[in-house]
Amino acid sequence: MSLINTPPKTAGFVPRDRNWQPDALTPAYKTSIKRSPQSALLSFPTTLSEETSPVFGHGLLGALDNDLILNYAKSGESAIGPRIIVHGRVLDEMGRGVPGALVEFWQANAGGRYRHKKESYLAPLDPNFGGCGRTITGEDGSYEFRTIQPGPYPWPNGMNDWRPAHIHFSIFGHGFAQRLITQMYFEGDPHIPLCPIIGILKSQEAIDALIAPLDMHRTVPMDSRAFKFDIVLRGQRQTYFENRKEGM
Amino acid sequence: MVQKLDYLRESPSQTAGPYVHIGCMPNFTGIDIYGGDLGTSMKTGPVQGAEIAITGIVYDGTGTPLRDAMVEIWQPDAAGLFPSANETRGHPDPNFVGWGRSPGDMTTGEFRFETVKPGAVPWPDGRMQAPHITAWIVARGINIGLHTRIYFEDEEDANAADPILTRIEHQNRIPTLLARKTNGGEYRFDIHLQGPHETIFFDI
Ligand SMILES: [Fe+2]
Repeated sequence: MSLINTPPKTAGFVPRDRNWQPDALTPAYKTSIKRSPQSALLSFPTTLSEETSPVFGHGLLGALDNDLILNYAKSGESAIGPRIIVHGRVLDEMGRGVPGALVEFWQANAGGRYRHKKESYLAPLDPNFGGCGRTITGEDGSYEFRTIQPGPYPWPNGMNDWRPAHIHFSIFGHGFAQRLITQMYFEGDPHIPLCPIIGILKSQEAIDALIAPLDMHRTVPMDSRAFKFDIVLRGQRQTYFENRKEGM
Repeated sequence: MVQKLDYLRESPSQTAGPYVHIGCMPNFTGIDIYGGDLGTSMKTGPVQGAEIAITGIVYDGTGTPLRDAMVEIWQPDAAGLFPSANETRGHPDPNFVGWGRSPGDMTTGEFRFETVKPGAVPWPDGRMQAPHITAWIVARGINIGLHTRIYFEDEEDANAADPILTRIEHQNRIPTLLARKTNGGEYRFDIHLQGPHETIFFDI
């Protein structure tokens, strides 16, 4: 199998900007204190192990996977809360759409309550709301799903900390180096500047990158409002002069 | 002034939070929408190579197991080929998924992957790397997913020639990257987020 010794044709990914991404240790978010590595990360250029990624085909998806209003609801019923559409594109740092990317999302219900046995917030469960969905991006990297706008909720950190309304996202790209989990916030939420988890971000520009604007063009009149949330994954290098040995 | 480089910035990471399992392994939390969780089985039929299992626990800086983490692994098949669209070197084992995801046991936090011993894959210059598995850990309190690698204690020769392992300054930390053979095809790989046994994490 001499083939296996052939250096990869895939190009590497540009380094993650650690001055832009949050640090591991962020004391105002208390749980990070004992869950943050203290040694320097070991930096290496990506190899095939990071430049490849599992493939998720569209055949994986059920018809309601991207409809949180209906995917846990009893027949003829639907989840309670403001009906919204979340849409956007998964792009890489070069601005190219990332097709075929698995995007998973989860959230609290309209009262700010998660369907989880460790969840203790007194807001009620919605019997018609499970709180998760998934989709796979199209050829241009676009995705969309329908849900209800989640509520803010209190959490044990400081004596009176509340999370802004948010949706959690997990995204696969074309290389495991692009693997990312993040959260989407909503334009105009007054909790955003107060939240210790958002407070770990290093600049207003980084915070803004996670706030989805209301998108009136994509609303469905008399039915649902829309918010746009683009997600950017690490960029894949592209050059004609790649891997060329000296003298060649 | 100069022209603008019209690049975008990677979306900032945020913690997966305490309920990552709702989104990524909903059946594990009792929410059945998809008919099963992704990543629970790494094989779709008989596979080539040595079948192994890797178990471990993710510990915080006090030595307490995490019970709300999610661990993913990604690896090539026994011949060193990835079941990926980016794999151009040959045809990987059609019954091997290469990717696994574990929520950890609800009470002990122990994760377990039933997989195959990975084949070696090349370093960019063509030298072979020692067999390894990529691991990625997210949880409440982890602001950005942690990458590490699982190498194998019983691959001494390959480890001794590995381009990464040989360049690690603190050689006494290398055991944090080695899965220990406990019995037959069983390996142990604990992950320490912090403390004297802190796992080496990668920026890769
Ligand atoms: Fe949340």
